[in-house]
Amino acid sequence: MASSTPVISPTEIASPEDDLGLDTDQPWIVLVWNDPINTMEYVTLVFQKLFGYSKEKAEKLMLDVHNLGRAVVSSGAREKAEIDVFRLHEHGLWATMQHDE
Amino acid sequence: MLVDLLRQLSDLLESEPDHPNLTRLSPPAYLDDAEADAAYQLLAGEELRTSHQRAIAAVTESLGRDRLTEDDLWAWVQSLNSVRLVVGTRLDISEDDHGPTFRSAGDPGDRPLWAVYDFTTLLQHDIVDALSR
Repeated sequence: MASSTPVISPTEIASPEDDLGLDTDQPWIVLVWNDPINTMEYVTLVFQKLFGYSKEKAEKLMLDVHNLGRAVVSSGAREKAEIDVFRLHEHGLWATMQHDE
Repeated sequence: MLVDLLRQLSDLLESEPDHPNLTRLSPPAYLDDAEADAAYQLLAGEELRTSHQRAIAAVTESLGRDRLTEDDLWAWVQSLNSVRLVVGTRLDISEDDHGPTFRSAGDPGDRPLWAVYDFTTLLQHDIVDALSR
């Protein structure tokens, strides 16, 4: 007779980190916002350089920024997100980071 | 002319890091957390200025050489973009369309600045083109 071990889905357990406000597991997202000075070709190139995206993907993200006002360009742990934001700022882009809701 | 522009930018970064025309060079990182952003600006502000100074120095150095490496081109692109951002801020470019109508509505004394803006835009375009191949 095979006994099945109860499987508790992660969402059923309240994570203690939620109560403490820690964001160790909660991913952060990095957004790039549209601006009237950076050119489309330049933004596309920066995305390729910083994130290793293909030209097609970089172009799509750039168009999202241009048409929708902003786009999510990367995600991850807080430290990684902050480094990505910094590198984007270094290249003159306007990037921000926030919790992934 | 380019050397002079870069020197002006370098001087501004050095002597007046909080100048309003430099705001685009250190944008906010957190829109919903003033405390986190203040901490970021403290860390990143200086690092960003150093990065731009390094790029400007690299460009100035490269002017004496025949061949430019890919790293050189990126230094050029970074520096030119910084100039565009600073001049663009000064010209109050806030819309995607800053064509003839927008320009003629502005101060005629801004014409030299528009010349700088257009010149650096064209130059940056060529370099981005080269890097995109």
